[in-house]
Amino acid sequence: MTDKATMTLPSDTEILITREFDAPRRLVYRAWTTPELVRRWWSGHRGEMTVAEIDLRVGGRWRYVMVANGGFEVAFHGEYREIVPDERLVHTEVFEMPGAPEGEPAINEVTFSEADGRTTLSLLVRTPNRQVRDAIIDSGMEVGMQEQMDLLEELARSLR
Amino acid sequence: MSAMARAATTTDAFNAVAEPRRRQILDVLAGGERPVSELVEALGLAQPQVSKHLRVLREVGAVEVRDEGRRRLYRLNGEALKPIHDWVSGFERTWTERFGLLDGVLEDLERQERGAGGDDG
Repeated sequence: MTDKATMTLPSDTEILITREFDAPRRLVYRAWTTPELVRRWWSGHRGEMTVAEIDLRVGGRWRYVMVANGGFEVAFHGEYREIVPDERLVHTEVFEMPGAPEGEPAINEVTFSEADGRTTLSLLVRTPNRQVRDAIIDSGMEVGMQEQMDLLEELARSLR
Repeated sequence: MSAMARAATTTDAFNAVAEPRRRQILDVLAGGERPVSELVEALGLAQPQVSKHLRVLREVGAVEVRDEGRRRLYRLNGEALKPIHDWVSGFERTWTERFGLLDGVLEDLERQERGAGGDDG
C-alpha cells in the first residue's frame, strides 16, 4: 500500500503526479473542489491557507493563498477550462510572483478514476516550456528549504 | 572519469534518470554493486541496450564502473544523485503532505455520509 505521491516527468514540459485514495471518486472530487475542504489539505504542513476561492464553471477562476510557516505568502490562481463532475478538471495555474510579469500559465489536468471503491487521482501539469517546469519543481524545494531555515532560526534562538 | 568533455548539468542528470529503464537500473544498483550480467538479467533486456543505458548514466555521473578481472561492476554514485533527489523531492513531498491531509478529509466525508443527518461539522 502506497500513500506516497509518485511523480514522474513524462516529457521536458510535463510533470505527472499520481496517488491512490481509499474513497470513492465523488468524495475525492468534492474534497478537491470545495473551498472549506481544500483549506484543510492544500497547504500541507507548510502553513495556513488564507484564501480558497473556487468558481467552479468553465471560464470561472480559482485562487489559493497560503501563509507559509516562514511568514511569507504563496499564491496561485487560474481559470477552469473543462469540468466533468467527479471525473475530470482542466484548469490553468499561475504562481503569483510579486513584481514579476505574469507568464504563460501551466495547464493542469486532474483525472479521478475509481475502481473497487478506491480512487486514483492523476494530476498532469503541462508547462509552456522546460524553464517553467523546472521552476515549478524548484518552488516546492524552496518552501522545503524555508522550513529548514525556520527550524534553524528557532534552534539558534533557543541557544541564546 | 573521462574529464568533462561536456559538463553534465543537473537537468541532464535528471533526464538521464527520468527514463524508466534507467530508473530500474538505479533501483537494482541501490541494492549494491552489480556486474552487467546481473543487470541484463534483472531488466530482461539485451546486453547492448543495457550497456547503452549504463553509458548515459555514467556520462552524468549517476553510476560508476570498475573492472574486476573480466567483470565490469557498476555501482550508484549517491553523491551525483543527491542534488537530483533534493530537487525533485521538494515538490513531491509537498504533494505527499497534501494527499496525507486529504486522506483525513475523505475519512470525515465518509463518516458524515454513513451517519447522514449527524451534524458534527
